Amino acid sequence: MSPAWVAVLAVGAGTFALKAVGPVGVSGRRLPERLESLLELLAPAILAALVVTETFGDGRALSLDARLLGVAFGLVAVVLRAPLWAVVLAGACGTALFRLVS
Amino acid sequence: MRVAAPLFPAAAALGASFGVLARTAHLDAVAAVVMSATTFAGSAQVAAVSVLGGGGGVAAAVAAALLLNARYAPIGISVAQSFRGGLVKRFAQAQLVVDESWALAGGGSSRFDRRTMLGVGATLWVGWVGGTAAGALAGEVVGDPSGFGLDGAFAALFLALLVAQLTDRTRIAAALAGAAISALLIPVAPAGVPIVAASVAVLVGWRRA
Repeated sequence: MSPAWVAVLAVGAGTFALKAVGPVGVSGRRLPERLESLLELLAPAILAALVVTETFGDGRALSLDARLLGVAFGLVAVVLRAPLWAVVLAGACGTALFRLVS
Repeated sequence: MRVAAPLFPAAAALGASFGVLARTAHLDAVAAVVMSATTFAGSAQVAAVSVLGGGGGVAAAVAAALLLNARYAPIGISVAQSFRGGLVKRFAQAQLVVDESWALAGGGSSRFDRRTMLGVGATLWVGWVGGTAAGALAGEVVGDPSGFGLDGAFAALFLALLVAQLTDRTRIAAALAGAAISALLIPVAPAGVPIVAASVAVLVGWRRA
């Protein structure tokens, strides 16, 4: 099995389990408040790391390149409250535009 | 159903962009559709694809995706009481809990409506999986995606998902810490590790909890 398929199946199975924890495994209880408030911070922390990695990461180096213009286009779309698919399109267009003219 | 209808085209369009982006990690159309049908969580799926495409290993890709989905444990627990029926039924219905269906059904309040959640969840699922199939097939026709600026598209998408998360000071602090951790680790750690390590940033919430 290719690595991509292993990842697809593992992420799928793990997500099944995470979603089932409440409706299947718990009735009427809550997580400790402290743990719950820390879990809430996982999404902003990881998404910020993904932004950095996808914008500046180049193997084991940081680089400034065409992706930065894509992110800038994306940011404009976010500020204009565009839907997510339009942000994706803006990111691709900005990056492609920079490569076209440089 | 009225509340769910406007979400269908949005889910389909975003699913289509995931289908195209998945090719950068060498996921064929079938794998991309299977991932959308089973994982059914955009940010986690794009994270897994981006780590794989960036040369990170399977373990790092799976860890990054599951950390993003870890929120579904407390979300599921918060609405657990409204689920009825046998084990299999509850397991199946639990899979339709996503951020949007949970929020639109009044998640977090005592008025959580499971039927609304199921309707919105099912609508989103059909749009998401169908959109993924369309995007993945279009991607296979177009060929090598590297020329289209798709690497910049990933970054823009994550930025949009991040901005939606920045609702208070603690979350902004966690984001800044996560960004700093990953930037420091990129030059020294294997691909994927900086993203998973950024989860340590949740500790900024320790004192305030």
